[in-house]
Amino acid sequence: MARISVEVDGIAYEDDVEPRLLLVHYLRDRLGKTGTPIGCDTTNCGACTVLLDGTSVKSCSVLAVQADGCDVTTIEGVSSDGEWHPVQKAFHEEHALQCGYCTPGMILASIDLLKDDPDPSEEAVRQGLEGNLCRCTGYCNIVRAVRRAAQEMRVTTP
Amino acid sequence: MIPASFDYFRPSTIEEAVDVLAGAGEEAKVLAGGHSLLPLLRLRLAYPTALVDVGRVAGLRGVSDRGDHVLIGATTTHDEVVRSPIVREHCPLVALATATVADPAVRHRGTFGGSLAHADPAGDLPAVALALDMVLEVRSPAGERAIPAAGFFLDYLESALAPGEILTGVRVPKLGPGWGFHYEKFHRTAQAWATVGVAAAVRQSNGTVEEVRVGLTNMGSTPVRATAVEEAARGVEAGQNGGLRRAAEQAAEGTDPPADLHAQPDYRMHLARVLTHRALLSASAHRSPAT
Ligand SMILES: Cc1cc2nc3c(=O)[nH]c(=O)nc-3n(C[C@H](O)[C@H](O)[C@H](O)COP(=O)(O)OP(=O)(O)OC[C@H]3O[C@@H](n4cnc5c(N)ncnc54)[C@H](O)[C@@H]3O)c2cc1C
Ligand code: FES
Ligand code: FES
Repeated sequence: MARISVEVDGIAYEDDVEPRLLLVHYLRDRLGKTGTPIGCDTTNCGACTVLLDGTSVKSCSVLAVQADGCDVTTIEGVSSDGEWHPVQKAFHEEHALQCGYCTPGMILASIDLLKDDPDPSEEAVRQGLEGNLCRCTGYCNIVRAVRRAAQEMRVTTP
Repeated sequence: MIPASFDYFRPSTIEEAVDVLAGAGEEAKVLAGGHSLLPLLRLRLAYPTALVDVGRVAGLRGVSDRGDHVLIGATTTHDEVVRSPIVREHCPLVALATATVADPAVRHRGTFGGSLAHADPAGDLPAVALALDMVLEVRSPAGERAIPAAGFFLDYLESALAPGEILTGVRVPKLGPGWGFHYEKFHRTAQAWATVGVAAAVRQSNGTVEEVRVGLTNMGSTPVRATAVEEAARGVEAGQNGGLRRAAEQAAEGTDPPADLHAQPDYRMHLARVLTHRALLSASAHRSPAT
């Protein structure tokens, strides 16, 4: 067992974990944060994407012990004061999901993308989300939602 | 799947890392970004008894300008390599190839050193290491040694790293003015590995090709240096209708490409020729100003 301390969605945790425990399993099984789904066994799909110290990572391919001392943001921590994050709002408004399985990962990857590029072209959104697979939407509405959120965020944070 | 159990160590200095690795037994492995190793553990294709995490070892991460070469620390992430102004200015081929690796989230975790140490011939960076004659710096209880890329990739997933050796950094020689670069990657989907990839560097003067370096991705059990192309291209006229096409015809010379779901060997050989031509044309078109 190894002792880790992490901050997840603003709350500090200390836990003893087996070194082989994957971060995604720690989030889901130990903390009950089932907002982060697992979609594959090959690090391809991006459904499990979270922010680790602010950058997007696939939590199925990070050990919980590697996150020791870090700050983790899951889909459950992106809204604030009961207000949806602009990216969440835009996904809702643009109908950027059908089954919703890819959505938590898409939203976190999009938040990271917009931090880097506040006004991404359609091509830049597609490139930025290349590690997140969606089996339902065909991506068009996802791209639209991310660009809408970008516009929204530029207006609200000048 | 859940990986089999292992012990975990997280040293904070290189001396400590070398000691811990030496004491952790033959089945211990170094863990860097984990983006090749953890997928293997999850599929239970590897069973190390211990992982020595070098992710927080001081001094292994970052890029520095060392005069005639650039030193890229082993644990520098792909993302940091692509963003590094030093890499972009002095070894653009490294930045070009690294930008094609996987997707942003993988590039946030995967490391430059890990990509070379893993010695996957389908990885994009080993071919670049060969083409640019990089030198790999290694530490072990016996001290330090430097391994030229030409002697580093021994076989499929097998490098010249001995048990107990840790890759600390990689020297990338600066090629100087007059060179142009391109990495041409053929893959089926945006985040996929290369079916075939070609790393090319071309030096020309007044429309004549003076020197060419070509490294091939996924054309054998190791990355391959296309020496026949390099020889054939010397002295030819640059541009569409010049001798670059004829030189590129040699690209599959001496290769033994794998067969898999994506391509058969003869198709890979065809791709190597076509992509090498494209890579040479682009590299000669994107020449850095001859200052
Ligand atoms: C979905 C996906 C897609 C990918 N696509 C591509 C792609 O298109 N092109 C590409 O090139 N790569 C691709 N990769 C691989 C990625 O680039 C990995 O990051 C890289 O291969 C390994 O780097 P790492 O730091 O993650 O190494 P790890 O997984 O930590 O280690 C890999 C191996 O190297 C050894 N090792 C690592 N660091 C050291 C060191 N400092 N000293 C000694 N030994 C060391 C480890 O013991 C292990 O055997 C992909 C990976 C994923 C998950
Ligand atoms: S679950 Fe598919 S990438 Fe993590
Ligand atoms: S909405 Fe179903 S996978 Fe994307």
